[in-house]
Amino acid sequence: MMTHSSRRFASAIIATSALALCLAACGGTTKDSTQASATPAETSAPAPAKADPNAPVKQGLKLAFLPKQINNPYETIVDDAGIQAAKEFAGTAKEVGPSDASASSQISYINTLTQQGQDAILIAANDANAVCGPLKQAMGKGIKVVAYDSDAAKDCRDLFINQASSEEVGRSQVRLLADMIGHKGDIAILSATANATNQNTWIGFMKDELTKPEYKDMKLVKVAYGDDDDQKSFQQTQGLLQAYPGLKGIISPTTVGISAGARYISGSKYKGKVVLTGLGTPNQMRQFVKDGTVQKFALWNPKDLGYLASYAAAALSSGQITGAEGETFKAGKLGEKTIGKDGEIILGPPFTFDASNIGQFDF
Amino acid sequence: MTAVTADRAGGGRSARGLVEMVFRARELSLVAAIAILVLVTAAVNPNFLSGQGVKDIFLNTSILALLAVGQSLVVITRNIDLSVGSVVGLVAFSTGKFLAADPEGRGVVLALVLGVAIGAVCGLLNGLLVSFCRVPALVVTLGTLYVIQGLDHYIAHGRQINAVDLPPAVLQLGNDGVFGVPFLPIITVAVMLATGYYLRSYPSGRDFYAIGSSPEAARLAGVPVRRRVLAAYLFSGALAGLAGVLWLARFGTVVADSARGWELLVVSAVVVGGVAIVGGVGTVYGAVLGALLLTTIGSALVVLKVNSFWQQALTGALLLLAITVDRVLAVRVTRLLRRRSVRHGA
Repeated sequence: MMTHSSRRFASAIIATSALALCLAACGGTTKDSTQASATPAETSAPAPAKADPNAPVKQGLKLAFLPKQINNPYETIVDDAGIQAAKEFAGTAKEVGPSDASASSQISYINTLTQQGQDAILIAANDANAVCGPLKQAMGKGIKVVAYDSDAAKDCRDLFINQASSEEVGRSQVRLLADMIGHKGDIAILSATANATNQNTWIGFMKDELTKPEYKDMKLVKVAYGDDDDQKSFQQTQGLLQAYPGLKGIISPTTVGISAGARYISGSKYKGKVVLTGLGTPNQMRQFVKDGTVQKFALWNPKDLGYLASYAAAALSSGQITGAEGETFKAGKLGEKTIGKDGEIILGPPFTFDASNIGQFDF
Repeated sequence: MTAVTADRAGGGRSARGLVEMVFRARELSLVAAIAILVLVTAAVNPNFLSGQGVKDIFLNTSILALLAVGQSLVVITRNIDLSVGSVVGLVAFSTGKFLAADPEGRGVVLALVLGVAIGAVCGLLNGLLVSFCRVPALVVTLGTLYVIQGLDHYIAHGRQINAVDLPPAVLQLGNDGVFGVPFLPIITVAVMLATGYYLRSYPSGRDFYAIGSSPEAARLAGVPVRRRVLAAYLFSGALAGLAGVLWLARFGTVVADSARGWELLVVSAVVVGGVAIVGGVGTVYGAVLGALLLTTIGSALVVLKVNSFWQQALTGALLLLAITVDRVLAVRVTRLLRRRSVRHGA
């Protein structure tokens, strides 16, 4: 009986506080938007309203990386590089995060980090809108918010570090494949899930690139979805090769897809007959470049992504930048970076890996 | 007295024949379903039945079928093992990590021994909790599912095992074969035949069915219920460990969440294959055919250029169909048996 009533009491409290939180968040939105219309650059009170590019980087800044999930190898590389970068400017950084890639589990981490009074939160958002409320609360307390890898809604972060412009990723993948198959033949795309935003944006630009006259002899026959699952990506690759016997090339802009595809092709009769390219990490593709299954593939440098995110957060917290378009700051070894439209900073063009340079990379 | 015994024995034999016929019917209908599916797909695209196509189907099925063999033993005893997906993930990663530490010196045999050992420990844990602590299997294995997954994430810590780090022999295990037949299906078929023979022909093998049909009756008949249930979990765990090593060999690139969610796929294969979820009925052959059917559907839909969304929907529909058929058959068989025993009694 006791447990029962106390549980009911607890749920009542949770319900009330959820309601309160919602009200607070809604209030925040109105306040922020009025402020935003007055001074578009700055939303949080304590920081200086004007950017001072010459302000020194503050000492002892506390940064927190909040990845999509802590067990994602790619995010681990990004975050570790960011944590290393923080040491360069005498700050401290840490990585915290959920073991599942869900927005609801990220929210409790955001709230904890806000209570701890971090100087900046760097987040790879699992859902652009779901994490918005808690992030706004953090910003309201003067905490700088930098999104990386996967953006949060525009008005709940100061900056977004874009790994590469989506347009450049999409178009360069088509160029890469076209060069290898002589601009001729049927091609297919092996994607992750059918509703992954970044995948679909890239695929959109790939399709657009293919309409150019130099690709008139190339035909996109199918976009397949392997759901970032090994077995399913295997089956999709097999299916593509069986269903389209004339297939010349496959683009797989997802790390799981390209490694599964390469593994399948390396042990099948299609090895050497079908060109596979896409986005993958050097370590996972090394074997397949070595055995000749894959000639070239691309990716941005995830270490640089974490490094840049760390420096951007420091520049924000030190008042060198406010997040407005056109502001510039120095990002350590990466040199000067400029903030683009909507508070986006683009890391650079994707990097192409092949047999000649893959040995220089270890990630 | 003699007459009565003879009569009883006669009734028993025909009843057993009837029950066996029902099983056969299930296996035959699965074979027919697979045959129709393959023929239709091959008619649309002959490549589906090419050497590479057939090899792909068997390779794709092997791991699921292996897990289904272990799972059917557990389900036959009226239990369930939901932790198999996590065990595969844990074994694939930790074996990969072990091999990557010294790719020159560590080979396939060591990988298999380690993998099966880790799997067996997980199975032992499940088995002890279910059989000796008498906690419901659903809860125990759901718990170990998360515990093992957590352990796996802790060990992996965001890293991944890459094909280049593995000994070439392990990668060959996933791709190569003897006389054109890949190793993976050979292993699965061998395990299936041995398990099937044991379950059918050894008294201790029959015990599993007795426990599933009626645990109480089995206990009163002197069947060592706890020991058999423990053995079923141990076996399922060990096979999941073996499957984990094969997963590593096949896919080469492994992250912490390999085979995540596969437990339900395995249970689906087993149920579609005619192993009753309430225990006591079914064969490992049926379970393997169930796995083959589910995998073939996945491959066929891609070749037929059907949206892969339908794969899941079809799996679900098959599952419902299988359970309905089981239920109808069970009712019919019970009625028939009762009528017969009444007639024989009279």
